[in-house]
Amino acid sequence: MLIWGTATVLEVQSITTTYQGLIAISDVSIDVKQGEIVVVAGANGAGKSTLLKSISGMERPKSGSVSFEGSRIDGVAGHDITARGIAYVPENRRLFPRLSVRDNLMLGSYLHRKKADRDAPLQQVFELFPRLAERLDQRAETLSGGEQQMLAISRALMTRPKLLMLDEPSQGIMPKLVDEIFRAIVTIRALGLTILLVEQRLIESLEIADRAFILQTGRVVLAGTADEVGANPDIRRAYLGM
Amino acid sequence: MSTQSIGIAAGLAQANDRFHAARRRQLMTLVVVVLVISVLPLLVKDVYLQNIMVLTLMYTALSQSWNILGGYCGQISLGHAIYFGIGAYTSTLLFTKFGVSPWFGMAAGGGIAALVALVLGYPFFRLKGHYFTIATIVVAEAALVLFLSWPYAGGALGIQLPAAADNWANLQFGRNKLPFIYTALALATITWLVTWKIEDSRWGYWWRAVKDNPEAAESLGVVIFNSKMAAAALSAFFVAVGGSFYAQFVAYIDPDSVLNFHFSLLFALPAVLGGIGTLWGPALGAIILIPLTEFTRSYAGGSGQGIDLIIYGALIMLIALWKPEGLIGFFVRQPKPLPASADEGAHS
Repeated sequence: MLIWGTATVLEVQSITTTYQGLIAISDVSIDVKQGEIVVVAGANGAGKSTLLKSISGMERPKSGSVSFEGSRIDGVAGHDITARGIAYVPENRRLFPRLSVRDNLMLGSYLHRKKADRDAPLQQVFELFPRLAERLDQRAETLSGGEQQMLAISRALMTRPKLLMLDEPSQGIMPKLVDEIFRAIVTIRALGLTILLVEQRLIESLEIADRAFILQTGRVVLAGTADEVGANPDIRRAYLGM
Repeated sequence: MSTQSIGIAAGLAQANDRFHAARRRQLMTLVVVVLVISVLPLLVKDVYLQNIMVLTLMYTALSQSWNILGGYCGQISLGHAIYFGIGAYTSTLLFTKFGVSPWFGMAAGGGIAALVALVLGYPFFRLKGHYFTIATIVVAEAALVLFLSWPYAGGALGIQLPAAADNWANLQFGRNKLPFIYTALALATITWLVTWKIEDSRWGYWWRAVKDNPEAAESLGVVIFNSKMAAAALSAFFVAVGGSFYAQFVAYIDPDSVLNFHFSLLFALPAVLGGIGTLWGPALGAIILIPLTEFTRSYAGGSGQGIDLIIYGALIMLIALWKPEGLIGFFVRQPKPLPASADEGAHS
């Protein structure tokens, strides 16, 4: 078993990213260590998604640096970043709606040439979300919201990533399935992955996270262990109404 | 967990078996269809009908090739006549000027067309949707004008294929249509098999991903630009091979008879009518469209020019309204979705 929280896997150093000329995030630094679940929380428009896009190569930071396993990845093309081991599940899931569940999953695996590298994660995915196995031949667009989210996470796992980034996996899903997805995230970590989670549901995320960063209007306003952040009076007031 | 994972492994194996059984059934269907078509010309001796058979099979192959880029990868080209023309001119010029066998000319034409597709794709695949389509139309029209004013290639007068000994090496058979029927059938079968193989290959998955959701594809490590380039090259290769075949069949080519916009349309339409991005769509579309074109042409004569276009338009409108997935939708049923699980109201 890996020793969690030792080596830094992802290091984001004071990046600034603009979106259509407006500063979306400014001077943001976060770090994620091997085997951690790190949550980035904040209100709508705080820059959470921009942060993930800047890491995954979909947006290019104007300044600052992003390093993954010790090498710079800012400015590297998105598909290359995926190949290096970062999987990104975007906010709107971005499935292939007209393709079958099976095709969606296979697409995640075709990064790998060897058949064994494609079959092993498939098995893993079905253990994680057995209900996907029952729906292999359906078109992705016929799945419910929760199932679509499961499929999006599964497809990301098919790339055999080291770091899994999830953008608001609880969005638009009924509470029972939110729990299921959060439990799955813990299981995924136990498989040896590192997880960077962006969420508006801070309280539930803190329950599974090791550390948290709070973003506000594009800046990190608070960082610490999950317990520290959960105990912060400002956070309790803002998120719990206490 | 272990009993559960055994259950899952079994379920997965079953699903895989179903999938491969379905693919094997497709192959069996092909064998039956090819056998039936092989016997047909032995029963139908009428030269006019045999002529229609050649054209129908040829357009099946051409539309199947167009379908690789247009149907699977989602890049709608209405300029594929350029590759058809390249194929026709390459084999014909090689034969008339250097006495090279048309079989070699076919391969050479395919290779040149694939190269041209890559050169054109480099700028064009930066364009999206309709802009890409418009660019393909423009460049094919430019090629038409170019060939009209190129003396070496016969200019506007075109090239008459010199009569050589009637045999397979020369791909010339005088008035005998049978060899052409079987060659066209072979072409259609090969393009079908290539498409069948692609459907379950990494390129096939990538192309469909690029078509359905390019951004999601990129997030999975698909290099969109390269995927489109590969589809364009493969598609162009087989269209050019079809062009060489057509030149041998009609034995006379000029720019207007191989580079006309009409051809680009006739590669796209069968696929659209039959079912774009499907294995059997192009064949189904061609079997309806091509005989229709030929019949209207012969019955309406010179004054009826354009009637086929009116019919195409009407057919496309009908299909768009009633069966957007193409006529193939009448034959293949989509697997029924299982009832969604208990988290309704969660659709985003």
